[in-house]
Formats: sequence, C-alpha cells, structure tokens
Amino acid sequence: MLSSHPPSRTMHPPERLTMSESTPLLALRGINKSFGVAHVLHDVDLAIYPGQVTALVGDNGAGKSTLVKCLAGIYPIDTGEYIFDGKPVSVHGPKDAGALGIEVVYQDLALCENLDIVENMFLGREKKSGIVLDETTTESKAREALTSLSVRTVKSVRQSVASLSGGQRQTVAIAKSVLWNSRVVLLDEPTAALGVAQTRQVLDLVRRLADSGVGVLLISHNLTDVFEVADRITALYLGRVAADVATKDVTSRQVVELITTGHSSDLDGAAAPSTTA
Amino acid sequence: MTDIITESEEAGFASDLTQSNTLGESVQAYISRVRGGDMGALPSVFGLVVLFIVFGFANDRFLSNLNMANLITQAGPIIILAMALVPVLLLGEIDLSAGVAGGVAACVMGVLMVEHDQPWGLAVLAALATGAVIGIVIGLIVAKLGIPSFVVTLAFFLGLQGVTLKLIGEGGSVRINQEVIAGIANNNMSVAAGWILAVAVIAAYAVLALLRHRRKVERGLQHQPFAVVVAQIVALGLVTLGVAFVLNQDRSVNPTFPIKGIPYVLPMIVVLLILWTFALGRTTWGRHVYAVGGNPEAARRAGISVDRIRISVFMACSTMAALSLIVQASVSGKVSSSSGAGNALLYAVGAAVIGGTSLFGGKGKARDAVTGGLVIATIANGLGLLNQASWINFVVTGGVLLLAASVDAISRRRRSATGI
Repeated sequence: MLSSHPPSRTMHPPERLTMSESTPLLALRGINKSFGVAHVLHDVDLAIYPGQVTALVGDNGAGKSTLVKCLAGIYPIDTGEYIFDGKPVSVHGPKDAGALGIEVVYQDLALCENLDIVENMFLGREKKSGIVLDETTTESKAREALTSLSVRTVKSVRQSVASLSGGQRQTVAIAKSVLWNSRVVLLDEPTAALGVAQTRQVLDLVRRLADSGVGVLLISHNLTDVFEVADRITALYLGRVAADVATKDVTSRQVVELITTGHSSDLDGAAAPSTTA
Repeated sequence: MTDIITESEEAGFASDLTQSNTLGESVQAYISRVRGGDMGALPSVFGLVVLFIVFGFANDRFLSNLNMANLITQAGPIIILAMALVPVLLLGEIDLSAGVAGGVAACVMGVLMVEHDQPWGLAVLAALATGAVIGIVIGLIVAKLGIPSFVVTLAFFLGLQGVTLKLIGEGGSVRINQEVIAGIANNNMSVAAGWILAVAVIAAYAVLALLRHRRKVERGLQHQPFAVVVAQIVALGLVTLGVAFVLNQDRSVNPTFPIKGIPYVLPMIVVLLILWTFALGRTTWGRHVYAVGGNPEAARRAGISVDRIRISVFMACSTMAALSLIVQASVSGKVSSSSGAGNALLYAVGAAVIGGTSLFGGKGKARDAVTGGLVIATIANGLGLLNQASWINFVVTGGVLLLAASVDAISRRRRSATGI
C-alpha cells in the first residue's frame, strides 16, 4: 500500500529542479481585487507549475479564498494579468476556467449524496448515446480515473456518496478532475475536516495527481500537510504575497512567522519579496 | 509519470466489486439495506398484502372479480396524480395545486367538448396545454422569485378553484359521455388483446433485462447476479399474468351480459409508468432532477440550470395532473366544480410517499406512485364496501398518510446514520 512510504519531495531532486525552472502553467501578475472599499488583494503574484504542488497559506482573512475564486472565474479581477500556458487569457466565469482545464475542488464538497460515485463524477457532463444516458461508458471511465489515482478505499463505483466517509468523498471530488483531464486543480482545504488516516489518503492522492503532470494549488491551514506534500509555498498576509519560496528552503517556524507577521527575520532575502505590511 | 503510478496500476482498482457473487449474498445485501432504512417498495407491498387480507376477511365481495376491476379504475386517477407529484417531491418541493390545476384542465376539456362541440382530441390537447401553462407559471414563481413552493401552490390551490367555478358555473357540472373519454375507465379490451398485451409486456421486460445484464457482464461493469435478474422477471411475469387472468374473467352480476377484459385505464398507466421510469432513470433531465433534489448547490456548480429543471418539473407535474383529472372525469362521468379539490391531492401525495418517495427530496421512483396509489385506493374501496361512515374514511386515510411520512422520516434518519 502506498501510504506505507510517504510521498517524498526528495524522490527526484534533479527533475524537480528543472520543473521549477520551467514556465508556470498558470500565473497571476499584479492582481488587485476590491469589494467596495475593502481592498482584498494587493498586487498578488502567483505561479502554478506543472507536476508541482504549490501551497497557498495564510491566516483567516488573508485573501486565500478570494484568490481562488478569482482563479476559478467566480470573481472578476480588477487589475492584473491572468496568464495560462504563457499566454494572457481573460477569465469571465467558471465556464472559461473550465475550458482552460482548471478544476476547483471546494471545501464544502460539491457532491450529491443521493447519487452514486459514477453519477457524481459525470454530473453536468453526462455522456449520452442518443437521448439515453450512456451508463456503460461512464462507469468504465470513472473506474479508470479512480484506478489511475490508485484509489482502493471505495468498495464500488456504484456506491451512493451518502455511504462514503469524508476522505472518500474528497477522493471522489479530486478524481473528478482527473476524469476531465484537468491541467490545473485548485484544492480548497481538502483535509480540513478529515481524520489522520483520511488526511493521509488525500495527501497521497494530491501527490499522485501532481506526479501525473497536473499543476496543483493546495490551500491549507495545516503546515504539517503543506510541508509534507508541497513543492512551493506562497504565503499571503493581509492580501499581499509575503513570500514565494521552495518548501525545502524554509522551516515551519519561518512559515508561521510569514503567516502571522508577513515577514520572517532570518529568511533569505532573495526568496522573500519585500513586503510593505 | 513516476514509479508510484506504475506500481498502483499493477495493483489496479482491486477492491472494486463488480457483482455480488451469489443469490444468497445479494439477498443478504438487500436485507441489510432494508434494515439500514432503504426500504424501497417494501412498506407499500407489505401494506397492500395486509389490506387485502383484512378486507378479504371482512367482506366477501372485496376479492370478487368485479371489485378488483373497480379497484383498478378507482386507483387510476390517484396513481396518475401521484406520478405527477413524484418529480416535484424528488426536488424536495410540493405542488398542493396539482389536483385543482388538473380540475381546471378537465373543465376546459369538458366545456370544449360539450358546449363548443369540439372533437375529443382537440379538447384533450387543450386540457394538457392548460395544465402545462399553469405548471410553467408556478415553476417560474418558485424558481425566479424564490417563494417556497408550499406557499405558491397553496395560493394556486385556492385561486384555481375559483377558475373552475367560473368556467363551469356555481355548483354545476358537465357530463362526459363522449365515447373515447368515457371509455378510458368504462370500456374493456377484448380478452385476446388483454392476453397478448400481458405476454408482450413480460417478453419486452425480459428481453431488455437480459440484454442489459449481458452487456454489463461483457463490459465488466457492476451487475446483479443472474439469478436475481431471472427472479425479477419471474415476479413481474406472475403479477402481470395474475392481473390479466382476474380481469379476463367474467365479472358481471348479470349472467346474460358478461363483462370481461382489461379496462383501458390499465394499459394507459403501464405506458405512463414506462415513460416516467425512462425519463427519470435514463435521461440527462432525470439525472439532473435527482441532483437538484439531492444538493441544489452541487448541481449549480456542476453547471446544471437549476431554475430550468424546477420550471420543467412543475410543468410536467401540472400536465400529468390534467391527464389524471381527465381519467377521473371518465371514472365519474362528469367534470364538476369540485374536480380535483377536496382530498384528491392528499391522496396522491400519500400514495407517492407510501410508495417510497421521500418528502425530503432526492429519493423516489415512478413505480412508487403505482404501489402507493393501489394502497390508497384499496383503503377507500375496502372501507366503502364495509359501509363505514365517511368520517372513518377520512381518519384512516389521514392516519395512513401520517404513518407513511413517519416511515419516511425515520428511514431517512437511519439511512444517514448507516450511510446508505
């Protein structure tokens, strides 16, 4: 079983290095977003690389959720550049983001409890033959997606979601993004409500998702999770980017400082962009 | 790709069961599902058996061929109205005005046929269109203004009774003696046609079920054991042949004028049942109805137009209600100012809930309307034979509705506790 050897960041150091030097799959430059008088995001830069897990950390109210909703096209951005695959794009709604291959896995899971796993994975994008739902293709494809993530915790793909645990539900939600060949997956607090073993499963899954070449943005409060699975950490402090660093260059204490005060005294000046906070 | 993925691919999705191995295992799985609160059609079938035994002993005319045929024609309008309500209940909404909306539609039909001498086909189409328009208006108000459907349809329940009175005149009624419409409940198929229909239904079901089973096995999809599929075919076959046998016996009290054959309302219900089972179970629209009933927010995020689903469901409900009240007009031979008012709607809601459709949304099937409708009709029919005072009828039916809702609520709680 995979959980016996934790996914290691140091597994392929040379490969990781070249990846981090490659162009980001998705990049935001100088994003500003205000709600009335509340200026929530100040000149935020963010980069998501293919095959890497980028963690977005920050205290409550730092602007993490707003940033994710801007990425997902739910909130329009005021100023700044949205660059996908090296080209500037304009994202006006969730449909545009979906067309680019950006999938969001929300904190409050967007699953229907009365439907089974297959039905949930294809919800809103049902396959049809004629006017009839094509159950055979959908079931095979859903099983393929779960297999590719080596999900073995669910008993049957025809189980109703009501019978799944929190971790299994999170798994189904993540597997949905594999099904649709997403290129960027945004995970909003995927382990927030989970127990130890389930958190383990979901983190393994996140790692495997990234290893298959997907760019993953992981929003989390939990630094243990972040240090375990993330390649890069972007810290938000009061709507500004306090630091954008490689996980291996920082310690947990430094990240806590970044989250709580917006700067870390002994952090390498080159890694941490100066903050005005 | 790293070696993690390759390793897991070898291991595969190993623990995914694609079938429950034996008949015994699937029976056990069914029992544990029932114990876990997912009872499906069980309460209504059990209730029906109990009612048949009780009424059979209490009155020797209850099980007579004549009364069985009466029971089916009486159940017809209830079943169709319950079928109309199933999709609405699936959304977790309610349509209290379905009965009177159907009443208005039936009035339109009656007035067009009797007072304006229009052909019956045109009159029926006009009635269905009337139902559809009422449903669209209700759906628009519920979906776009966000008023709870309970309040909107309560307003329509009162308002539409006024419309019926206006169309038909105070206390009046329109006699329906047009051959086709009156024939729905009062004419019978020939004995030969009845047998052919019964055999055709069984054969079609068996072929479809076996083909489906074979396709699933071939593609390695999750499927039931072959024995269960065969058992289902045999059970359906026995019930169908049994009903056909009873209805094809002479049931006349006067030996010189034999009455036999299946009343036309029965094949009509079968067609509607197939249609609704298909629409809810095999189409994208049906899937989206379940999704909106289960979690509207998830449905919205999945890109489903929740408003459009709501409006279409209310439209379908009122249209079906129109059909129900047309059949009711055929049964009673008239359309009156009280058509669809009174307890017609509560009977239908009770039928759907007794059948196993949840009042909380997201769970239910078209066949629930048939089994539940038979239970409600049997209570009314049996108590009627026992010459009970009408107050008892009200009290018993109310009690049954409350009992069904309690079963629904308790089984829902058990389901969420056991996670089925």
